[in-house]
Amino acid sequence: MLRRILNLVLLVLAALAMPAHAGAGVPKPVLTIENPGQCVAAPEVIRRTHMDLLKHQRDKTMHEGQRGAKGDKSASLNACIECHASKKTGSVLGSNENFCQGCHAYVAVKLDCFECHQARTGLIKAAGAKP
Amino acid sequence: MSDLQKPETGRRAFLGATAAATAAGLGFVALAPGVQLIKFAAAKAGPEGVSGKVRWGMLIDTTRCATGCTACVSACATENAITPGSGRPGQSSQWIRKIELKEQKSGREVSLPMMCQHCAEPPCVDVCPTGASFKRADGIVLVDRHICIGCRYCMMACPYKARSFVHEPLTEQNPQVPRGKGCVESCTLCVHRVDKGEQPACVEACAKSEHEAMLFGDLNDPNSEIAKRIAATPTSQVRADLRLDPGVRYQGI
Repeated sequence: MLRRILNLVLLVLAALAMPAHAGAGVPKPVLTIENPGQCVAAPEVIRRTHMDLLKHQRDKTMHEGQRGAKGDKSASLNACIECHASKKTGSVLGSNENFCQGCHAYVAVKLDCFECHQARTGLIKAAGAKP
Repeated sequence: MSDLQKPETGRRAFLGATAAATAAGLGFVALAPGVQLIKFAAAKAGPEGVSGKVRWGMLIDTTRCATGCTACVSACATENAITPGSGRPGQSSQWIRKIELKEQKSGREVSLPMMCQHCAEPPCVDVCPTGASFKRADGIVLVDRHICIGCRYCMMACPYKARSFVHEPLTEQNPQVPRGKGCVESCTLCVHRVDKGEQPACVEACAKSEHEAMLFGDLNDPNSEIAKRIAATPTSQVRADLRLDPGVRYQGI
């Protein structure tokens, strides 16, 4: 008996919750891809595995010095930035329209890469001063 | 000190002898004409990664290094986007510095650049608790910032005072040289340039300043200019007593 009541309560709750969830969602990010064309893998694969691809590449490059490896152009972070940086700001960060930040803001995942890596394209010359 | 060193020396000597035997074996193979070609191509890092047949090193001719010239230091700062930080000069990163030495008795003065010596037996790698401090197959000692926890043991262990800790957030990095707050860093021998087949920025700047006091090359290749110079002229390692086998050698000190 108790179980039946519990089931009923759950059903009612589910029915109440459903329309609320379907209606009020965070709007999906609108991202402009500046260099459309062939990425290293299909978008749905990239969406789920880009962090693994990047991590694999980072260890290979950092420790074994593999550069220009099969998948380096693909999986190197700099290659991602070259293609995906906004033409307006030259960066993958800065606003929610920009490639990395837009998606990471949507999924609420902290983006740590750019605390060390440069988010903008192009080599910055003469940034340094005499230490 | 010497008592403490004895067993360590024994172990090192044994390992060193084993390594030397292996190296000699490889060297013999490298003498074959076909293999030499492959070896030359391996100087540029490709998809297969770097090879242990190469050992990058530097020879610094202190007799040509000019007092007051800081071309190498500025070139390093520009290349690696090393900025002075916000008003705390004691905390700013220093990958290379100029040192002036004076012998009290004769008054002879020597000027030289000091940086990570890219030891074959790097103490920074020995003490690193996470494996962030490591030596690449081609002898370049690096910090993997992905793994570095910023404990700074390596800074304590380095007898050359070559490492710095990044205290402040950075924004103006060179895309090829990621740097950031909370990690230890040091001279990378411009690994991003070396892997492209170029020379480190300091060496290039020194040549441009017409002092040509710095020579970069493969210590393992008997035909390289650096190996020939080291074989022909007396050069020394700084703190050779520590038996770290630095990849940077000095002439005229």
